[in-house]
Amino acid sequence: MTISAFSSGTAVTRLGQFAAILVVVAALGACVTPPAPYDYTAFRQNRPLSMLVLPPVNETPDVTATYGVLSQVTLPLAEAGYYVLPVSLMDETFRQNGLNSPMEIHDVSPRKLREIFGADAAVYIKVTQYGTSYRVLASETRVTAQARIVDLRTGQLLWQGGATASSSESRNSSQGGLAGLLVNAVVTQIVETASDTSFKYAGIASQRLLSSRKNGVLYGPRSPNYQKD
Amino acid sequence: MVMAATKSARLLRFAAAMAMGSVLVGCAPAAPRLYHWEGFQDQLYEYFKADKSGPEEQLRVLDAQVQKARARGVALPPGFRAHLAMIYLRLGRDGEAKQELEAEKENFPESEQYMDFLLKRMTAQKS
Repeated sequence: MTISAFSSGTAVTRLGQFAAILVVVAALGACVTPPAPYDYTAFRQNRPLSMLVLPPVNETPDVTATYGVLSQVTLPLAEAGYYVLPVSLMDETFRQNGLNSPMEIHDVSPRKLREIFGADAAVYIKVTQYGTSYRVLASETRVTAQARIVDLRTGQLLWQGGATASSSESRNSSQGGLAGLLVNAVVTQIVETASDTSFKYAGIASQRLLSSRKNGVLYGPRSPNYQKD
Repeated sequence: MVMAATKSARLLRFAAAMAMGSVLVGCAPAAPRLYHWEGFQDQLYEYFKADKSGPEEQLRVLDAQVQKARARGVALPPGFRAHLAMIYLRLGRDGEAKQELEAEKENFPESEQYMDFLLKRMTAQKS
């Protein structure tokens, strides 16, 4: 009797354990612990209509990073519902005023930016990874950037975040054994450099960085989803 | 009987197409884009690199995109007309550049202050 009672108790415990493991696994598998919701208080209070994307500061050895990213960032912000100031004219305006480096441009006062461009907010981007790196087994093209959106009327920080995009996300490198892998790596690097793959990944990273998604930028007034998020 | 068979085959094909569609679309139904982008980003990149195609070639590509957007009835993105103005300036076609700046302002009133700043400078340089 005691034995059977004992064993049925174990069975219950085991079932409990099993259920607990299931719950943990489900939680892990579902959303990999959801990130803390972003605090949008300042964003909602300021509600910018237009954004001025300044030339990104380049912290990588690849000189094409600044304009690779700058050419790509209008799309996500415009599709999110904002007016984005024309990037080519913006760049030219700074040049004509003797400001050639993104670092200098990022130091221009919000009041001055507002006065010339009339934008409600400025987007400060920093590129920390850009380009194709040769690794023995798999070359990889990677673009990583951080962004801060600052309101030019109040000086308040509205949003900040980071994103990355990499060619190794999609490529399957398990073909042809070791020799195949080595050839693959060389070929990949040549192909990825020649066709300016970095620019393509700059597009993906920009999408992830500045489109409206979970904890991303809020929808702007030109989007049908404005004020619904 | 034959009719019924054809009908059920059609239904089946329809169901298969629907299934394929939902697989392709995934779980998030893609909302239609607000603007006609096509190669606008590539053109901006071309402009900044300034080593492959000259302003004439860039103007040709952008013009073709304007035609396509018009034919499809989709709006041009923010900054597109302003970028066209930039290309016209490069080519010394100031009159057309001005028109594009005015058009940018008309389509996106948010750009008014900056467009006026540019237009004022253009007239100042002329006189």
